[in-house]
Amino acid sequence: MNGEQVFEDTLAKDQRVEPRDWMPDGYRKTMIRQIAQHAHSEIIGMQPEGAWITRAPTLRRKAILLAKVQDEAGHGLYLYSAAETLGADRGDLTRRLIEGRQKYSSIFNYPTLTFADVGVIGWLVDGAAICNQVPLCRSSFGPYARAMIRICKEESFHQRQGYELLMTMMSGTAAQRAMVQDATDRWWWPSLMMFGPPDAESPNSAQSMAWKIKRHSNDELRQRFVDMSVPQAEALGVTLPDPALRWNADRGHHDFGEIDWAEFKKVIAGSGPMNQERLAHRRRADEDGAWVREAAAAHAAKRSGAQR
Amino acid sequence: MSDEIKHEWPLFEVFVRAKRGLNHVHVGSLRAADHEMALHHARDLYTRRNEGVSIWVVRSDDVVSSGPGDKDAFFAPSGDKAYRHPTYYAIPDSVPHI
Repeated sequence: MNGEQVFEDTLAKDQRVEPRDWMPDGYRKTMIRQIAQHAHSEIIGMQPEGAWITRAPTLRRKAILLAKVQDEAGHGLYLYSAAETLGADRGDLTRRLIEGRQKYSSIFNYPTLTFADVGVIGWLVDGAAICNQVPLCRSSFGPYARAMIRICKEESFHQRQGYELLMTMMSGTAAQRAMVQDATDRWWWPSLMMFGPPDAESPNSAQSMAWKIKRHSNDELRQRFVDMSVPQAEALGVTLPDPALRWNADRGHHDFGEIDWAEFKKVIAGSGPMNQERLAHRRRADEDGAWVREAAAAHAAKRSGAQR
Repeated sequence: MSDEIKHEWPLFEVFVRAKRGLNHVHVGSLRAADHEMALHHARDLYTRRNEGVSIWVVRSDDVVSSGPGDKDAFFAPSGDKAYRHPTYYAIPDSVPHI
């Protein structure tokens, strides 16, 4: 069998493609782009919650939030590591992010206005991420699938700490309950957008499904997320901000309202509430750290020279 | 671009021993200026939840591996050596402990 036949055969048998195997250029490019975007999302995703670490109300919440944000850094690095197996260079990927040549998830372009946002991000944003990511543990590219297994194990802590935080607030004062409802109102629709455009307008999906990079369509995963979230919202005692949301016994699923795709496109295109700040922050962190990276490299070079 | 990435740290492969009695297993890679920093980063990155009791780091440049194209030359010969496996030998059921 030639390389192409081995590749097709590997996919047909539902086995994993490994970095040194032959693969179509399009597969390699798609994989690098998807893994890089995913990595960038984890790195940018540190910012909305990181902003609350110093203001967390108790030492317990501070320690939890610190661990969570550290996990997100870790997830970004697992993914950059997977991208490097395909010949990408993580320094180059970071530059592409900073220069706006590669994207990250639009969800992180919304602001975190109150501490309830930390809880709702854990519950809804990480909940949506888990829906998206669990099937990626069976993605056809081995290093990506393995990174996703580690990530999914850790995401479960993220979602549970968020939900627990919200339950605590809901058993507090009326003002705290109002804060949770307000955060739910602001994050619900952007969370639904995390699954990407509707299937009919997602031109790359079919190829990604054929290559077994993706396992389920955007709409399928979005529906799964809505069905999961409704009883969770009820248990919490919050209302999801969608008057059209109701159980459809015929379909065995919840119907839900129309998503504002114009807003989604606007945020993707860079005009969301926080796009400028997120990239500026990342750029500043990169620039501020440059001298440290150079000094460490110079120190290592000097020491290895001295050993010779 | 080569000028831009002049100070890029080299890539290291990371292997973690999950617990005593098990082999070190490859878990991923990271960037570090030298081996010592690679070990510290590996601790922070790959063992945040008691995943290991020991870590190896190896410069990725120093890893030599067989390629997918070598598969036949390397691994095909073992395919026709069924006599290396215990089930190749027929022993009556009446013979115990064998």
